[in-house]
Amino acid sequence: MTQLPPPSKVKLGLVIDLDTCVGCHACVISCKGWNTENYGAPLSDMDAYGADPSGTFLNRVHSYEVTPDEGTAKLIHFPKSCLHCEDAPCVTVCPTGASYKRAEDGIVLVNEDACIGCSLCAWACPYGARELDTAAGVMKKCTLCVDRIYNTNLPEEDRVPACVRTCPAGARHFGDLGDEDSAVSRLVAERGGMDLMPEQGTKPVNKYLPPRPKDTADEIDILAPYLAPVAGEAKGFVAWLDKALSALPGGAK
Amino acid sequence: MHPAPSVIIFTTFSGLGFGLLFWLGLGMPFVTGWAAFAYFALAYAMAVGGLLASTFHLGRPERAIRAFTQWRTSWLSREAWTSVATLLIMAVFGAGLVFAGQRFAAVGVLGGLLAILTVFTTSMIYTQLKTVPRWHHWSTPAMFLLLSLGGGAVLAGQTLFALPLLAIGGTVQVVAWMTGDGRLAGSGTTLASATGLGNLGRVRAFEPPHTGTNFLLREFVYVVGRRHAAQLRLIALIVGFGVPIAFLVLPYNPLWIACAAISHIAGILAQRWLFFAEAEHVVGLYYGKR
Repeated sequence: MTQLPPPSKVKLGLVIDLDTCVGCHACVISCKGWNTENYGAPLSDMDAYGADPSGTFLNRVHSYEVTPDEGTAKLIHFPKSCLHCEDAPCVTVCPTGASYKRAEDGIVLVNEDACIGCSLCAWACPYGARELDTAAGVMKKCTLCVDRIYNTNLPEEDRVPACVRTCPAGARHFGDLGDEDSAVSRLVAERGGMDLMPEQGTKPVNKYLPPRPKDTADEIDILAPYLAPVAGEAKGFVAWLDKALSALPGGAK
Repeated sequence: MHPAPSVIIFTTFSGLGFGLLFWLGLGMPFVTGWAAFAYFALAYAMAVGGLLASTFHLGRPERAIRAFTQWRTSWLSREAWTSVATLLIMAVFGAGLVFAGQRFAAVGVLGGLLAILTVFTTSMIYTQLKTVPRWHHWSTPAMFLLLSLGGGAVLAGQTLFALPLLAIGGTVQVVAWMTGDGRLAGSGTTLASATGLGNLGRVRAFEPPHTGTNFLLREFVYVVGRRHAAQLRLIALIVGFGVPIAFLVLPYNPLWIACAAISHIAGILAQRWLFFAEAEHVVGLYYGKR
C-alpha cells in the first residue's frame, strides 16, 4: 500500500557524524556484502572486471571540499543512503504498492516481488537513495538492515545495521529518533543534527551531525624565528644574470 | 534526465493518439464505416503503441498489471486506469460507427473526456516531481494537454481548432522553456542545502563515491544532450508548430493535412527529447553536476 501510514511513534534511523567520518568506505563494503547475501535480490555488478564497471549500492560516500571565508579549505566525507523520510515521496508515487513505509517503525522498504522496475520512485527521491538493479530489474534501497536489527539469531551487538556495526570511526549511530530520550536523539540535540534538503519537504528521519568548528592554536613553532633565510640579496654572476633576464621583454621585474 | 527512446515514443504517440480519440469522441469528424475504421485504427495504433513502448523501460514488464492497484496515491496507476477505460469506451463508440453506422454521442463524449484525462494523468507523473524543478510547474500539464489537443486536431483534420491550439501551444512552449531554465536555481535546492554544509563555506564536490558511473548518473544526469539545446528548440518550434500552421492555412487538401501531421510529429519528437534531456534532477547536485 503506497498510502503513507500515520507517523509512527518509533522512527528507526541513522545519525551520521560528518565530523568523525574518515571516508574509508567500510560502510559501503559491509552494506554491499550483507545486502548481497541476505534481503532480496543481490546487489549486482556489471562489467566488474572490464573497462566500464558499475554496480548497485545502497550506500555511497561522497567527498566535499568546503572553503570558508577565512581559513583553510576542509574535506568532508559524506556517506549517503536512504533517509527513511516521514513524508517519503518515493512511496506515494509507486503504482504497484511495492514501495511502502512500515507503520510500526517507519522503515521504507521495497517488496521486490511486486516491483515492476519503472524507476519512478528513484525519480521522486531527491537523495539518490534508490537504484534499479540491472540484473534483477527491481528497485533496491537501504532496508536499515531490517533482517539484522530484529534478528534474535544474531548476538545482541550485531543487531544494528551492517554499516553501523562496521564503522571503525564510530561515525554512524543507529536508534529510535522518535524517542526524545534515546541516545541518537540526544546526540542530534547536542550536536545540532540537520536534515538534508529540508526544502524538499521529505522530513527525513536520518540526521547528519555537522563538522565541529576547528580550534586554532597559537604559534607553536619556536625554532622558525631562528632559521634565517638562506638566500639573501644575490651577488656576482647570479645578480647580473637576474638583472639581464629581467631586462628581456616579458622578464620578471 | 535520460531521454529514453521508449518514454519519448510513449509520451509523443500516446498523447497524439488520445488527442485524436478526443476529437473522434466529439464527432469531429463525424465518420462511419471504413473511414471511421481508418481514423480509429490510427488513433489506437498511436495510443496503444505508445503504451506498449512505455513497458519497454520497465525492469519487470511481466508484472505491469500490478500498476492498477495504487490509484489512490500514484499518478502512474491513475494513468493505467484512465488509459484502459478510454480505450474500452472508445472501442464501443468506434464499433458503433464502423459496424452499425450509429453514433452513441454520450459514449463518445465520455470517451473523449477520458482521453484528455489520460493525457493529464501522464503529465502529472512528471509535474508531481519536486526533484525535477523544470517539470514541477503548471506549464507541464498545459503543454501536454495543448499538444495532445492540437496534434489530435491536426490528425482529425479539424483545421479550425488545430490552428489556434498549435499557436497557443507554441507560445506556451516558449514560456515553458524560458521560465524552466531558471527553475532549478529558483527551487532553493543547492549543493549547500543538499549537504547541509553551506553555512561552513563554499561547498564543492571533490570526489565522487566511485570511479565508474552508476544508475543515478545514467538515469538523472544527462548533460551531453544540452549542448545543442538552443538549436533543437528552434527546430522543434519551426517543425512542430510553424510548418504545420503554414500547411493548415493553405486551402483544404488531405495532402496538406498529412504534411502538417508528419511535420508536427517530427517536431514533437524533438520537443519531447528536450523535455527529458534538459530536465535536471536535484540528485545531480551531489555529484557536482546538473
